[in-house]
Amino acid sequence: MTADTQGLLRALIGGALPNEHGFFGPFGGRFVPETLVPALDRFEAGARDALADAAFHNELRQHQETWVGRPTPLMYAPRLSEAWKAQVWLKREDLAHTGAHKINNALGQALIAKRIGAERIVAETGAGQHGVATAAACARVGLPCIVYMGAKDVERQAPNVVRMRRMGAEVRPVTTGDATLRSAVDEAIRHWVGDPQGTHYILGSAVGPHPFPWVVREFQKVIGIESRRQMLEQVHGLPDLAVACVGGGSNAIGFYHGFLGDSSVEMHGAEAGGVGAAVGQHAATMSGGTPGVLHGSRSMLLQDEDGQVSDTQSVSAGLDYPAIGPEHALLAHVGRVRYHAVRDGEAIAALDELSRLEGILPAVEPAHALALAKRLCEGRDHPTVLVNVCGRGDKDMPILTRLAEQEGR
Amino acid sequence: MHAHEAISKAITDGRDAHGIALVAYVTAGYPSMEAFPAILNDACQHADVVEVGIPFSNPIADGGSLQETARAALAAGATMKKIMHTLRDLDGTLAAPLLLMGYLNPLLAYGLDRLAEDASSAGVRGVIVPDLPLEALDIAKPLNDAGLATIGMVSPVTSDARLARIAAHASGFVYAVTSVGVTGQHRSDQSDIVEYLKKVKATATIPVCAGFGIREKAHVDALRGACDGVIVGSALMEAVGEGRDVGSILQALR
Ligand SMILES: Cc1ncc(COP(=O)(O)O)c(C=O)c1O
Repeated sequence: MTADTQGLLRALIGGALPNEHGFFGPFGGRFVPETLVPALDRFEAGARDALADAAFHNELRQHQETWVGRPTPLMYAPRLSEAWKAQVWLKREDLAHTGAHKINNALGQALIAKRIGAERIVAETGAGQHGVATAAACARVGLPCIVYMGAKDVERQAPNVVRMRRMGAEVRPVTTGDATLRSAVDEAIRHWVGDPQGTHYILGSAVGPHPFPWVVREFQKVIGIESRRQMLEQVHGLPDLAVACVGGGSNAIGFYHGFLGDSSVEMHGAEAGGVGAAVGQHAATMSGGTPGVLHGSRSMLLQDEDGQVSDTQSVSAGLDYPAIGPEHALLAHVGRVRYHAVRDGEAIAALDELSRLEGILPAVEPAHALALAKRLCEGRDHPTVLVNVCGRGDKDMPILTRLAEQEGR
Repeated sequence: MHAHEAISKAITDGRDAHGIALVAYVTAGYPSMEAFPAILNDACQHADVVEVGIPFSNPIADGGSLQETARAALAAGATMKKIMHTLRDLDGTLAAPLLLMGYLNPLLAYGLDRLAEDASSAGVRGVIVPDLPLEALDIAKPLNDAGLATIGMVSPVTSDARLARIAAHASGFVYAVTSVGVTGQHRSDQSDIVEYLKKVKATATIPVCAGFGIREKAHVDALRGACDGVIVGSALMEAVGEGRDVGSILQALR
């Protein structure tokens, strides 16, 4: 590590990043049309005010305890431990209300939106989990909600579309572009550009223009803080390995933040390796990307030499995105977290293994993290590994049904 | 004369001759790389300044029409390299000065130092980067150093203090976005737009052009006197898509 990267890591752990312009070292910032700047300023001021207000934290905690179901459990996985020759601990974000970590951020941002007087909410969703979480949070705080979702994802995550509509959200399928998460983000931003004063955009991952990566991290930090406390209480020690899946990187960034200062904890991220290493066959941004600007921030990006954003592919709609949050780009840059591509097949095998050995059907997204954790345990002597099971698999029924049909089960 | 002064002068000359200057937007490589030079040439005959749009895969400030032209241009093989080649071949033959309009990422991928050099030698006089806000303007330093205009964009929701800072940093002209929203959509209620444009004019020391949603002569006429020029993009590109003649479309606007 050079002095420069060491300094950046120290600044990050010390809470000095992002800086006032939203940069995490060379990554982040705010690259948006001028029309959005006042809305981002207002949101940033509202978030700063709320996060410094004890009353806001009390209100948030009440919702978390009575509605979200926090703290989520930390669970020892005995049969998985035996199979992996490791001590496997699972952070059960799948048990949070609406089935994934996404609720932490959606609830927090909806409460801020209410404080700053937003009249309606717009959101994007890939797997549908952020859309469902936002629909639920909007119902809870009483704000109308519009969710953009790629037409391809509307199909493969159908159960979540029904859930969103039942909770009163309007779901708008997006047929432009690649009809997945990236196009849904494009459309949500376009909607917001058209009504930046009335609308608040609840962005669903640790991506986008400042202050989103920071705000999303602040609301997802609860995962890492709880995990660390629970490890110390239940295991009387910290994990050797901490593993999470990374799409935009919201579950991972919140999880990592519990352990950034614990140098004994090795941290890893699982990206969507799709079906192959060629361009267009995966969504492994850190493994296959280069620095670039998309959706308002500078980070790692899958792009061609002309700066056009590449198409992506993954079995998991939630990881099927060509960019990653700027804070992850920094964590890789300073060497604190290592990111690896995990292919579709490996993830599905891990999904099956957790289901059969522990009776937990995870979402295909955290199945990537499980597969990576298993890989990392090989060749180590009974490591203690902590995996963030960030969501449950109910939403993936259309995919799993299709796979079962292909396998003749 | 610096390149950016050529832009300012073309706008004021156009305004003095016609009451309001006309800036035409054409997507480079639409409907094909082969058809583009003739369309650009035509546009330059009938407009005072022409914006050449660099197609991008994720144009978040654009409405349906310009999204579609960008998609089609990319599918037709438009790349920055080919576009710069085409412009270099046309240099000296075009009747109006050119601006490049591009989202930041393709410009960064090309390299801003290289862009400053190649654009200058291809006769480009400035750039418009819709996702490069005031706070990040230092990125455009190589372009400024080359004398190119860096067009500043303001919107009706921009605060007065911010407007003053953007106007002070801009060169060429100030691009006043007339409707809050993406390109192409005309808002029927324009009553406060004239007041807004007058405020921008009073703040800026360089010309002010209004754009977004200007589609027909009536829209142009409504802005006469309130600003120095208008920018027409979506309506023109829709016409190109229908195979209509660029020259007559532009003529009909003023
Ligand atoms: C269950 C689950 N995990 C992970 C993700 C990926 O998002 P992130 O990387 O922001 O955590 C999603 C996104 O929808 C998801 O639904």
